Parts: sequence; C-alpha cells; structure tokens
Amino acid sequence: MMEHSETRSQGSGETTVNLTVNGEPCQLTLPPNVVLLDALRDRLGLTGTKKGCDHGQCGACTVHIDGQAVNSCLRLAVMCEGRHITTVEGLASDVGLHPVQQAFLEHDAYQCGFCTPGQMMSAAALLEDSRIADDDAAVREAMSGNLCRCGAYKNILSAIQDARRHVSPQRTEGESP
Amino acid sequence: MREFAFQPTARIDQAVQAHASDAGAAFIAGGTTLIDLVKLDVMRPARLVDVSRLPLDDVERLDDGRLRIGATVTNTDLAHHPLVTEHYPLLSQALLSGASTQLRNMATTAGNVMQRTRCPYFRDVAAACNKRQRGSGCDALHGINRMHAVLGVSEHCIATHPSDMCVAMAALGATLTLEGPNGTREMAFGDFHRLPADRPDLEHELEEGELITHVTLDTPVEGAGSHYLKLRERASYEFALASAGAVVAVKDGTIDEARLALGGVGTKPWRAVEAEKALRDQPAETATFERAAEVAMRGAIPREHNAFKIPLARQAIARALSRAVAASVNR
Repeated sequence: MMEHSETRSQGSGETTVNLTVNGEPCQLTLPPNVVLLDALRDRLGLTGTKKGCDHGQCGACTVHIDGQAVNSCLRLAVMCEGRHITTVEGLASDVGLHPVQQAFLEHDAYQCGFCTPGQMMSAAALLEDSRIADDDAAVREAMSGNLCRCGAYKNILSAIQDARRHVSPQRTEGESP
Repeated sequence: MREFAFQPTARIDQAVQAHASDAGAAFIAGGTTLIDLVKLDVMRPARLVDVSRLPLDDVERLDDGRLRIGATVTNTDLAHHPLVTEHYPLLSQALLSGASTQLRNMATTAGNVMQRTRCPYFRDVAAACNKRQRGSGCDALHGINRMHAVLGVSEHCIATHPSDMCVAMAALGATLTLEGPNGTREMAFGDFHRLPADRPDLEHELEEGELITHVTLDTPVEGAGSHYLKLRERASYEFALASAGAVVAVKDGTIDEARLALGGVGTKPWRAVEAEKALRDQPAETATFERAAEVAMRGAIPREHNAFKIPLARQAIARALSRAVAASVNR
C-alpha cells in the first residue's frame, strides 16, 4: 500500500505516477483522465501499441500489466502506480525476437499489421499461462479479444502454435505473476 | 474524456468515506465498464475513488461451506480458482463465456455485479433513455430492439442486463456484503438488482457511499450437475441473445433440487423461480425440461424485433437442464 499512497492526487489536476515500462523505471505527471494507451503513445513515444476502437472491443491496444494482457485503452495511467508494463517494444530481448514475433514473421501472420502488436501481446501472454489449454479451439477462444479486419486469423493461429515450442508456461493457478 | 478528480484508497473505510462525501463520486476497480462509458459521456463522475488495491482479492471457503469472494478478484482469477472449478463449475463456465481474455483480466467480481447495460440507446447520448436520463423516454421501445429484454420489462425500459457471471450467481444463490457509512449489511443477491418499473435509472439497492466488499456463494447443491449455455451471434466475445444457467440434483430418476437463471432476456439477472418449482419432484426427462422452459418464459413481452428470443430461450433452458442432469451424480 505504501507505493500507492505515494501517488499524489490534486483534485482533477496533475498526478505523478511511477511505473516500469519495458524494464525502465519512469515517472509520469498527468491528469487522471489519461488512459495508459495514451500515456504510452503520447508521453513515452511508444507508438507500437495501437489505438483501434478505444473502447476495449478490438484488442489493438493490448499490453501486459504485471504479466497479464489488458486493454490499455480502458486502464487509467494513474492506476498503474508501481506496475510493470510491457509493450510490443519490450517483447524482444538482447538474444533476438520473442518466439511469437519470430513465428508471426515466418507464418506471415498479418496483412496490414495494425492489429499485430496487440495480437502478439495476447499471444505471448497466453503461451505463458498454464491455465489456457494448448489446443486450437482454446487458443482461438483466448485470442478472441483481438480482432483482425484483414482476416489473418488462420496464420495467426498457426504462428502461435508454432511459437509454443519455444515458450514454456510459467504461471500456474493461484500464483501471482 | 471529461475531467474528474482521482482518489486512491488503501482502506475500505477510507473508500466509503471518499464516496459518501462527494455526490458525484464513483468507485473504480477494473474500469472496463466505467471508462468505456465515461469516454461515451454516458457516465459523468466528478470523482473516481480507486478501490482496486483494497485488501479484497481473496477467495476463501467459510466454515459453513460457503465460498466468500472478495470484490476485486478478477473474472479470470475467479474462473480458474480451484475452489470455483471444483465446487461451482457453473460460475467458472459463465465467467469464461463472457467478454475477452483482456477484459476478464481487468474486470472484477463486484464490478461485474455493477455492469451496465449494452443497450445502444443507453450508450448514445443523442438518444432518449430513461435509464441514462430520468424521464427522457425510451427509444428502444419502438427502435431496433433485437437485443433487448423480454422479461422484467416496463413501458419505460427494456434494457437487457448483460452479465454472464450474475446469471450463475443468481442460480447458485449468493449474498452480497455491503460496507457503507452506517456500517456493514448483507443482502441476498436476488434482491440487489432492481426491475426498471418507472425508475430505470435506479438499478440497484446500494446507498450513497456503499461498497460491495464480498459476494458469498451459498453452499453447493449436493450431488448436483450444472451447465451454463450461452447462445449468441458469434462463438466468442459476444453478449448473449439468451443464456441459461442450470443446477440440477437427481435422485432415483427424479429431480431433487433445481436452480435456473437466465441471461440475455431479462432486465436483471433472472432467477426462474416458478420454473424451478415445475422441475422439483418431476422425472428428469425432456418433457419436464420443456415444461419448465415454458413456465420460465411465461409472461415474456416481446417487441418488434426480439420475439425470437422467447423460443430461443426455451431451447437454451431445456438443453442447459438436460446437460446439467447429465453432469449430475445419479443417486
């Protein structure tokens, strides 16, 4: 609770929030009505995360908060005090592309590419979640919050199932991320 | 998005106090309904009281066998919790049939109880809506009302209650714990949501400053099987046209105990009490299920575009009952 009490609230004025984005600690001062999506794109210049519907219906804005896939368009930035945020820019490591990114490349799992960052963030989260079964139907269900208007679903599914070979589930029931 | 003040809270009493002292305050936890509706200018809170970090994220079995769920437990965590999957599979099924992975990761238990309708006229500030603005009329009555309710409707509102989780809770039986400026009180789940009647803007029984802190499920029905069947226009990530949550216990081929609740067709999470009576002590067979379905939909009032929901709901009920029986322990 300490970390949260440090969030300064000044009426509808600016609030300072400390969070970690792609491993880098950062401090933002912004009004309470700024959502995480806009903070990432407009304040931090991380434009990989896309704004599609802005209402939690399309999944283009999917990022990880403490390892969980969420719609960043529906989460206030001021509620992210102390949280660890991963965006598509933070998916790759020094070793190279994340297995999901590599698989999307190899399977041509996109057409226009606008939904791709959100698709990859959802895919990366589901492969690490042992609560989600590994059959195609379960993957489709877990990915249904990410719309692709080009209709690249077939290749997205095959990319995710291929990437599975390189990712081992980490999170089990009841365990915090 | 319009401006609002933001207030983080660490303690329940602090949150209650913050809400009670500002008539324009709203609690926020998952925010999946609230932020969506603030962006649409449908909800206009002057102050958001952040309850997402209150110590209300536990699921625990009480000594009397009931299951107490903290207000901020997410839909994902609740759906996969071992005590839920083992003792209340209906709730797990209902939760996983709702929304998307991302939304379930954000949405909380109490927030889902407070979920607002998806009625497009409610969501459009240019439309007349008695729920959004008292006395402004209802454009859904003679509008595109294909998705609207047929049970519990009034001449002032036919908005459907959208939650799947609440249908399961209505069937399983639950108690809400409410914490307010005047202390703690408990309320049966079925008494919490109001019918629209002539005040569709009043959706629930919460008083100023009151916060839902827990939802406690009744003890599981012994030997019962259950099934949640959701019929919708696409296989995932869609609201129900009609859904049925059934819990049935069978003894020597006769229904010993039955619980039935409906979604997608009612103005509140709809417990079909009369249908439950029509099931008890009857043979566990198709004819019984169909008769109960008939009883459940008696009194339904269709509009121009949603009459199809009545036979659809009947079929959902009959099938959910038959699957629940198949899943029960035959004694």
